[in-house]
Amino acid sequence: MSVSTSEQAGAAPKSRLRSFLDGDVWYSFTRSPVVMLSAIFLIVTFLAAVFAPYVAPHDPFDLASIDLMDASLPPAWEADGDPRFLLGTDDQGRDVLSTIIFGARISLIVGIAAVAFSIVLGVGLGLISGYVGGRLDAFIMRVADVQLSFPSILIALLIDGVARSVISRSAHDEIALYVLVFAIGVSGWVQYARTVRGSTLVERDKEYVQAARVIGMGPTLILWRHVLPNVMGPVLVIATIHLAVAIITEATLSFLGVGVPPTTPSLGTLIRIGNDYLFSGEWWITIFPGVALVLLVLAINLLGDWLRDALNPKLR
Amino acid sequence: MIGFIATRLFQSVIVMLTVALIAFALFRFVGDPINNMVGQDTTLEERAALKERLGLNDPFFIQFARFAGNAAQGEFGFSYQHRRPVSELVAERLPATLELSLISAILALAIGIPMGVYTALRRNGLLSRAFMTLSLIGVSLPTFLIGILLILFFGVILRWLPTFGRGEVVDLGGWTTGLLTESGLRSLIMPAITLALFQMTLIMRLVRAEMLEVLRTDFVKFARARGLPDRYVHFKTALKNTLVPVITITGLQLGSIIAFAIITESVFQWPGMGLLFIQAIGNVDIPVMAAYLVMIAFFFVVINFVVDMLYYAVDPRLRVDARGGH
Amino acid sequence: MVALLDIKGLRVEFPSRRGHVVAIQDLTLELAPGEILGVVGESGAGKSTIGAAVSGLLEPPGEVTGGEVRLKGERIDNLDEHQRRAIRGRRIGMIFQDPLTSLDPLQTIERQLIDTIDHHLAVGEKEARARAVNLLDQVGIPDPNVRIAQYPHQFSGGMRQRVVIALALAAEPELVIADEPTTALDVSVQAQILELLKSLCREKQVGMILITHDMGVIADTADRVCVMYRGRVVETGVTTQIIGAPRHDYTKSLISAIPRPDRRSRRFPLVTYIEGEEERPEKIDLGSHWLGQSRDFGAGEDVMLKAEDLRMEFLTQRSMWRSKRKYLRAVDDVSFEIRSGEVFGLVGESGSGKSTIARLVTGIYRPSGGSVTFAGQDLTALKTRAEAAPWRRQMQMIFQDPFSSLNGRMRVRDIVAEPIHFHRLAGSREEAQKIVKDLLELVGLGAAAAVRFPHEFSGGQRQRISIARALATRPRFLICDEPTSALDVSIQAQILNLLKDLQEQLQLSVLFISHDLPVIRQMCDRVGVMRHGKLLEVAETETLFQRPSHEYSRHLLDLMPKLEGLRREEVMEGQSVA
Repeated sequence: MSVSTSEQAGAAPKSRLRSFLDGDVWYSFTRSPVVMLSAIFLIVTFLAAVFAPYVAPHDPFDLASIDLMDASLPPAWEADGDPRFLLGTDDQGRDVLSTIIFGARISLIVGIAAVAFSIVLGVGLGLISGYVGGRLDAFIMRVADVQLSFPSILIALLIDGVARSVISRSAHDEIALYVLVFAIGVSGWVQYARTVRGSTLVERDKEYVQAARVIGMGPTLILWRHVLPNVMGPVLVIATIHLAVAIITEATLSFLGVGVPPTTPSLGTLIRIGNDYLFSGEWWITIFPGVALVLLVLAINLLGDWLRDALNPKLR
Repeated sequence: MIGFIATRLFQSVIVMLTVALIAFALFRFVGDPINNMVGQDTTLEERAALKERLGLNDPFFIQFARFAGNAAQGEFGFSYQHRRPVSELVAERLPATLELSLISAILALAIGIPMGVYTALRRNGLLSRAFMTLSLIGVSLPTFLIGILLILFFGVILRWLPTFGRGEVVDLGGWTTGLLTESGLRSLIMPAITLALFQMTLIMRLVRAEMLEVLRTDFVKFARARGLPDRYVHFKTALKNTLVPVITITGLQLGSIIAFAIITESVFQWPGMGLLFIQAIGNVDIPVMAAYLVMIAFFFVVINFVVDMLYYAVDPRLRVDARGGH
Repeated sequence: MVALLDIKGLRVEFPSRRGHVVAIQDLTLELAPGEILGVVGESGAGKSTIGAAVSGLLEPPGEVTGGEVRLKGERIDNLDEHQRRAIRGRRIGMIFQDPLTSLDPLQTIERQLIDTIDHHLAVGEKEARARAVNLLDQVGIPDPNVRIAQYPHQFSGGMRQRVVIALALAAEPELVIADEPTTALDVSVQAQILELLKSLCREKQVGMILITHDMGVIADTADRVCVMYRGRVVETGVTTQIIGAPRHDYTKSLISAIPRPDRRSRRFPLVTYIEGEEERPEKIDLGSHWLGQSRDFGAGEDVMLKAEDLRMEFLTQRSMWRSKRKYLRAVDDVSFEIRSGEVFGLVGESGSGKSTIARLVTGIYRPSGGSVTFAGQDLTALKTRAEAAPWRRQMQMIFQDPFSSLNGRMRVRDIVAEPIHFHRLAGSREEAQKIVKDLLELVGLGAAAAVRFPHEFSGGQRQRISIARALATRPRFLICDEPTSALDVSIQAQILNLLKDLQEQLQLSVLFISHDLPVIRQMCDRVGVMRHGKLLEVAETETLFQRPSHEYSRHLLDLMPKLEGLRREEVMEGQSVA
């Protein structure tokens, strides 16, 4: 039923890029406009965040450029709007569009750093747990089980809360970002660990690992060279969806007032600040950052969903 | 059976003790409990006397045992911020949180599970695709934003529903309920939807994934090959097998709802445990934080225990078969 | 007389983005009541698709695009889903390969049987139960009245397949399609299940299509055979004719690839119909080549490997208390010797402990007791990996599953070069790459394979890569653990030929593990028979096959498909059949 293998063997070998472009993943990507749109949106957002100081029309943190006279202006298309401020201004006269661009930057930094932290922690523990087995495995997985029964947002909240109690307020503001990355990162390792442990258990018993042992390789080398590359597929999918969760978690913590300090506002902080003006009719201060947040998370989720299906051969 | 329950109970106790230890460490070592209790002008001697009286000089394990013993009876000392016993605060706030969580959980499960089953069975149907798209938006909407949007629309623009608080409550012997008054019910609508929506979409997606997994199994194929009707294959064979993982998911989601109540309560100024906790974090009110931690852990442990028991009831493979047999 | 099943010109296609894949084309066959028609072919021949197409269970996007299927004269290929369902189970029963996953784990056997019977025959709960008990009795389940109330997990694999058969026959169908019904079972269970199917077909006058890759199963069971190759029927005929006097080149090639159970032949006649790759390895002058050079072994010991009282226990039930722990003795005080340059076989059913022995010898597992002595060195006495490395280097292993024995993320050249680099056997990268190329030539793949990834190769080709990797440490002892059991017979013949050639050229000592007696007979000089972790008997191969001394060996030999009347073309070595 499949294409004859001997024919394939006769063809010229493909480069990695070539085989990726010919592969099913890329094909399914080019066939789903929504996913392509999400990818483009994410790339644009990412570039805007990286180059925020050059892209943003105003510098919302430069006190000299802020004029209180411009405070609380509605979006440019409304009757009282000002063309200089496309999405309006907040109560201090800062351009909402610019604060969103800078806010997205903070949200992405925290999200990506937290996911990276989770991956290192989770994949490492998962590999060890799966490959070594025995009591160590039982212990790590027991801890994971217990942590999993507590929602990650609660764990992050607790870690953040403890950090607040231990560290003085002024010092806390300075290291708030690190605390947040740590809190969100720690709250998310379990999923990686469980998945990687599961795949490691499967891979460990596969014969190529046994072949490496017959050659005489030690566990560290086998884990690094053979097992790790083979368990990273699902990690990629989890990481994508986790990035969305991490960004939401950061936004939520910031909204609750225990995330990033207002001096370097993230999207969540902006929504929190704007929320106070909701009842007075200045909806744009909170709604636009909210929309930005939802679009960002939605695009990541769409990409993650697609990736999961595209990499899962069973669904094809 | 008894062995199974005993192991689970033992594990639950270990988890509770661990959480209690964390809570105790928080209470004892984070910040100085004496400093938080007395004013600036207390002398060193007075402080030392207080320390001795409170047993803070006792060995660690005795202190922890005392803490755990008190915690088991619901005693967590005085709130630094409110200057009242934590147990009183909790008793006041608990009904609000539990009512909100319960209603939301029912909403999320009653809508999420059927939607998940439906989208799995009619994988390519128009309605299924619509549900899936909505659910994707659902998981991308942070809970607090759902709340804000609901407030903006139904509270600020349409002015149909109250935007904060619990409304009028009725006191039923120490348990205040908002379910018996009109304003209480009206106040509950938006917070309950806010809390349920995110969980509902998650439950739906998880149920769908599990169901699709089961529909691919050999025994479903074999049931089809025997000519059994779709109704039978879908509901008697597939759904029952989906139930096992769904029970776990449901347990986890119930736990989540209690945690996410913190956010909802914060958005709607709902006077529950979550709001108390978030204020405690802001004000470094450690006894309240410790109490919340232990209570939440207790809820989770109970939920997990129930889930394990349900598992046992549903899946015959877990029951140790006395007759054996091959 | 109207045939029970009449298929004319059936064509099934699977549309895909790279064009339509034709799974079956122009398939024509007939089946009479009570007849067993074997459908045989290698993987990818499209044989399973026939069953799915007839019962209307084709997985989308597959569809019937031509021809017609008639059941007792009525067309059934153009029915709608509702009408098809009325036929499935009621008139056509299906039996699948894996009995462990075919039954709903959460319902009792009773429920599954009663619901199936009652749905089709509408006889009411009580009558349905009586019939269910009766059915279980017929398929040979002891105490059907008791066992019926149990769940699937309480039955063994063979018993579950009996339950599956009972379910397939529950509504008294006229036709049964059995898709590899015994492939997942052990030989002894396989024989019982086939016997059962045969007698049920005769008794109830049910026609059966038996789909399998195993000529042995066909020879024992089928009345007529239909041979498939790449979606087409190449030959149909009475079983004795097909295996005794095949007409089509493919059938001839297939038959000649089957290892002979009745006598030992030096080599398999070449089977190049399927994988037409260059079979003759390039002759490398071993006197001057790296592979032959500095094989730094001491002058030939007589005994290459000696296992003494080897024991391996696996913990099967954990417990905090030592006394409550339960262990499984996978290997129970096994002793044997392998002489230099000899091929030593281990044969036994699954779970007999033969693969565990391979893993104890290579050091993947640590034995619970006993010792392994290799070339005079007690391996179990070596403490560190570094100490063991020089000895490990001299023994290599070839594994069963060609799809999991190669790391899919590495290119073939890196896979084969890895042992060379690890043991620092080459002076430079260039030298290593040169050796890799030569090795690939030696195993008949060609140097061009070096830059590809494993997924670009077929099972047989992958097994060649595995062999190249095993040779890359210049071993003198090779362990082959079921090296061909995952391969089609024609590929198996090629790989076995290659292993034989290499063994002779390189003077290798080999431990050859297999469950397949004919293969053992072709490959081994001496054989050990294993059961439940114990080594029952060790004998010269021909002695074992002619005069087995242990009762279990006799039992195994009895179960071996005889393929009587098998006519083989004794093809001259090097001559292609195709």
